Amino acid sequence: MTKDVTYREAMGRAIRDAMKADDRVFIMGEDVARYGGTYAVTKGLADEFGEDRVRDTPLSESGFTGAGIGAAIGGMRPIVEIMTVNFSLLALDQILNTAATFRHMSGGQVGVPLVIRIATGAGRQLAAQHSHSLENWFAHIPGLRVLAPATVQDAYAMLAPALEDPDPVIIFEHVMLYGRTEPLDVSAPADLHFAAVRRTGTDISLITYGGSLPKTLEAAEALAGEGIDAEVLDLRVLRPLDNVAILETVSKTRRAVVVDEGWLTGSLAAEVSARIMEGAFWELDAPVGRVCSAEIPIPYPKHLEEAALPQVDRIVAAAKAAMGR
Amino acid sequence: MGLFKMPSLGADMEAGKLVEWMIAPGDEVKKGDTVAVVETQKGAIEIETFEAGTVGKLLVEVGETVPVGTPLAEIGDMSVEAAVPAHEAVPEPEPGPIAPPAPVAAPTLIRAGRHRASPAARKLSAEKGIDLSAIKGTGPGGAVTSRDLEGTHKAAGQKAASASGVDFTEMRKAIGRAMARSKREIPHYYLRHQIDLRAASSWLDEYNGSREPSGRLLMGALLVKAVALSLKQFPDMNGFYENDAFTPSDAIHCGVAVAVRGGGLIAPAVHDTDGLPLGDLMAAMRDLVARVRAGGLKGSELSDPTITITSLGDRGVDEVYGVIHPPQVAIVGFGTVEERPLAADGTLVAAPTVIATLAADHRVGDGRRGALFLREIEKLLQKPEAL
Repeated sequence: MTKDVTYREAMGRAIRDAMKADDRVFIMGEDVARYGGTYAVTKGLADEFGEDRVRDTPLSESGFTGAGIGAAIGGMRPIVEIMTVNFSLLALDQILNTAATFRHMSGGQVGVPLVIRIATGAGRQLAAQHSHSLENWFAHIPGLRVLAPATVQDAYAMLAPALEDPDPVIIFEHVMLYGRTEPLDVSAPADLHFAAVRRTGTDISLITYGGSLPKTLEAAEALAGEGIDAEVLDLRVLRPLDNVAILETVSKTRRAVVVDEGWLTGSLAAEVSARIMEGAFWELDAPVGRVCSAEIPIPYPKHLEEAALPQVDRIVAAAKAAMGR
Repeated sequence: MGLFKMPSLGADMEAGKLVEWMIAPGDEVKKGDTVAVVETQKGAIEIETFEAGTVGKLLVEVGETVPVGTPLAEIGDMSVEAAVPAHEAVPEPEPGPIAPPAPVAAPTLIRAGRHRASPAARKLSAEKGIDLSAIKGTGPGGAVTSRDLEGTHKAAGQKAASASGVDFTEMRKAIGRAMARSKREIPHYYLRHQIDLRAASSWLDEYNGSREPSGRLLMGALLVKAVALSLKQFPDMNGFYENDAFTPSDAIHCGVAVAVRGGGLIAPAVHDTDGLPLGDLMAAMRDLVARVRAGGLKGSELSDPTITITSLGDRGVDEVYGVIHPPQVAIVGFGTVEERPLAADGTLVAAPTVIATLAADHRVGDGRRGALFLREIEKLLQKPEAL
């Protein structure tokens, strides 16, 4: 049974279904209860489940993330919402030094089955303290699983298996995806392991994730109009990366452009590119291209914000360059 | 000889103001003479020349402020620095619109003169033996890509480039034409027969045991010789079918199929095979193989085989069914010599055997003749010492 819903509704429904299915699941974060969430994902949940299970927290990411870790260790299945990835840095000590490390430090005795949902990305003119894409910082950390649902289906379906994971899982929700409407099938299974080919093609592989997926698909359509048949690979899981899918698509098309809203230097795109060099060098017909954000704090003015981010025309240009056009 | 320039009088000095010239055009100066006074943030400083000779033109007027390094005067021989750039006064920093940065391309290293080809194209060209420098690339920066190599093969970039002077494209076409004609025109019949090589093997071991490697025989020589001798009794296998008629050949020139490195096949003739002692036959076969690979085949060797023998050698399979090379009328095939189960003298043994096959032209004869022919080859191989 599929139904058209928004990304925001799909995520909210995933949380509600998880809370219904398991008493141990609860959610906490800034403004998640009475305000219904900064991006309205948790709207209505406080009325339905009460403020014990939908908890507003003080503005202290380190504090409430730490509390989530404690609850997870204590047997609960907490969902911690962090309003924006910029603020997650306050909780990075808890995430890296505790959540990601505890199983190792305890000799396997204690895991941290915690899910942290983090809004990420630019495009809403929220300026340089609310607009960055730091997914790669978390994808760098062993001990975490890092997800980037880019479709409504994944927004819904990734949460339940993430809650079942005995170790911490970070879910990145791009702020420009919340309003997108797509079909949702709540009974379809989800996996937390594999990248997904969102469009098949033979000439070039456009590899992306999260908020850049719609732009990349749009670029692929534009390229089709110019006779270039692009394949689009949605990474979905940023840690651990699906190496096989990356190498397979590149071996097929022999060309790749990686689209990543992170800053160019040290980006996830750089990691993907390096893996292509290591694993598929002899398959390549062109240097691997990257379309990333300009290396500046994301600007407030709309035209400058747009200019700083990967856009369809830049993806098209990079793909054409790789085709020798 | 050269330009007298505004000196740097400290690491933090960017510019100086000329306050006095102590020389005039036409003066003679020597190294160390004080020539001007320059005012800096540290005060007025007399400056000396490192140049010697006649003062030429003064390039800066008193009162001007110029950046360090600006030519102030010509002194001595100016021939080496003919053009004196006009100096510019220190520009006032001017607020203005900042030019939008050009899109930054990833830095790339491109060596001039190096032929560009993608990794995939390089891998493919190595596999196919293509010379990339002959291919026009359509990839980024004109690089040759794997797609540019589609439909090419060795000959495209490398005309007649094998050591033997063989044009592989033409060879493939020729093989194709001959084989298509054969299958179109010649009604083939096929026979298969397993031959016991115990006697031949032990004779060969004994023969080779006392010889240097260069004088040793291979089983292939015995097989070819046995075919050649058999043909004496089966002239209907040895000759040419042309103009709706078969003409047997008096001479027996066995064509021996040799694989060409890089692809292709040639079956040049060993002339008068039946008359060659085994040692000479072996030498002739070695010589043919070498010349197929290195070049130097004679036209007659290519044109006049009266039958073809194809032998798979050590790394082949059990049996091979040949396609007759027109206008010949038969091709004998030998699979790999291997130990196989053999029923003999009421018992089962593992014995070295070869599976001989015959493809022959039904317009010339029937399977019964072919069977007798294979039986004769078998019989001769049981008495290797007589070959």
